[in-house]
Amino acid sequence: MREYIKNIWTAVVTILIGMKVTFKHLFVPAVTIQYPDVKPQLPERERNRLYVNMDDCIGCDQCARACPVNCITIETVKAIPGEDLGKTSNGKRKALWVTKFDIDFAKCCYCQLCVFPCPTECIYMTDAYEFSEYERRNLLYDFVTLSPEEREEKKANYAELEAKKAAEKAAAKAAKEAASTKTGESKEQK
Amino acid sequence: MIYHFFFNLTGSYIWADIIQSLLPLFIFILPFALFAVWLERKVSAHMQDRLGPMRVGKHGWLQTIADILKLIQKEDIVATDNDKPLFNLAPVLVFVGTYAAFAAIPFSSAYIGSNINLGVFFIVAVSSFVVAGILMAGWASNNKYSLLGAMRSAAQIISYEIPTVLVIITIVMVTGTLNLNTLSQMQTGHFWNWMILGGPGFSLTKILLIPFMILAFGIIYISMLAEVNRTPFDIPEAESELVSGYHTEYSGMKFAMFFLAEYANMFAVSAIVTVLFFGGYQSPIGYLGNLLHAAWLIPIEQLFWFTVKGLFFVFVQMWLRWTLPRLRVDQLMQACWKYLIPLAFVNLIVVGLITLI
Repeated sequence: MREYIKNIWTAVVTILIGMKVTFKHLFVPAVTIQYPDVKPQLPERERNRLYVNMDDCIGCDQCARACPVNCITIETVKAIPGEDLGKTSNGKRKALWVTKFDIDFAKCCYCQLCVFPCPTECIYMTDAYEFSEYERRNLLYDFVTLSPEEREEKKANYAELEAKKAAEKAAAKAAKEAASTKTGESKEQK
Repeated sequence: MIYHFFFNLTGSYIWADIIQSLLPLFIFILPFALFAVWLERKVSAHMQDRLGPMRVGKHGWLQTIADILKLIQKEDIVATDNDKPLFNLAPVLVFVGTYAAFAAIPFSSAYIGSNINLGVFFIVAVSSFVVAGILMAGWASNNKYSLLGAMRSAAQIISYEIPTVLVIITIVMVTGTLNLNTLSQMQTGHFWNWMILGGPGFSLTKILLIPFMILAFGIIYISMLAEVNRTPFDIPEAESELVSGYHTEYSGMKFAMFFLAEYANMFAVSAIVTVLFFGGYQSPIGYLGNLLHAAWLIPIEQLFWFTVKGLFFVFVQMWLRWTLPRLRVDQLMQACWKYLIPLAFVNLIVVGLITLI
């Protein structure tokens, strides 16, 4: 009988204690963050999508070499004499046209290893993490600021220069050879 | 009163009857169910330090309407091995059982569906339809979990009907009436005339009755909670063990019928508790209508108080739901047969002796 009344007492008291707890929580501010409207505070050194500031890029290819998953592809073309590419913000002279700077974020593992070798600090992590796409190819980001025509132009310029140089070289060589054969001939004649 | 109004309006008993019988559904149960589902989600969310629905309308108040629109569009799936006539009948029966109870509930002195002298008895009898409906749903679904849930539900409702009825008998013994309207009118005046505080009048009987009335209220509230299959007595539904029991196989509007019935039932139960112990539609602090000599205001105030009291007990049900874990089947039976029924009997005898004084 004592046990019986004790059971009833415990039941009533524990239920009331539980109800007190839940009632208090009714007025505790919610921890929910209304996501697209309100964004959570990200940690200080968070690593998200990369960004390349092409004004500062000197096309040194160090980030591409540091990348463990090979998601960065860089192609460069030398500038022809007379072209001024300007300087980077920390005073380095640019000498290469970057005609291709692709980062494939489908491959990127957000390790930040590409950020450290950059001599001009032009590749860095941003706080953008919402960039999902329906097509995988849309995750291939092209950072080059030149238009496709300009890229072709730079390539063509360089190819022209090279061709010119090659032609000059060939001409010089031919002349030299011609001279040497002449002297040879003359030697033979002697 | 309302009936006469409709009779004068339409000039036909049939139309007056039809309008009067549809009135609680459209002006009360449907809006209430919509509101209660939203309230349940908000209450549960805030008790867990969440926000709940926030997108549809301000603080998500249109969420339930959006849900209903979705449910209407859903395909009505009937599995091949279902017992089709029973399967289709079950949700209707469950809803009918719940809805019929509203016929005898006095919403205000001006509006009672049917002012019958056996009001409480009628409600207890007619809400047993729900058991048949649930058992039917479980059987017709041809699914072992549904059947298990339905059988648990039947066992539970039948067991818990006993303490409910014992408490009702206690009240009837004190008041001498089964008519819910008379019961409400007896508790008029201020809150100290409510049955929970021993009923109207000042006498030794009233003072002696108070603790036993509080005990009776506890018993009937717990057993009513079990009858509507709410947590902590939700073993017939038991999402985590029976994949929501008897309505697993239902989809679309048939599922919505069960849902509507559950919420309507929650209010019906709260209404019965209100009428029996908390003065029904009577105001606890007197009427503004009396103060302003505007007699027409009183029924509206009464509807307001009735709704407020009913909603408060609905809120307590939700509160309990998010406080207590589910009971095991043996604990459920133990709570009923070893605690509630003996206590209800003792209470009945003691109250009987007190009323003899």
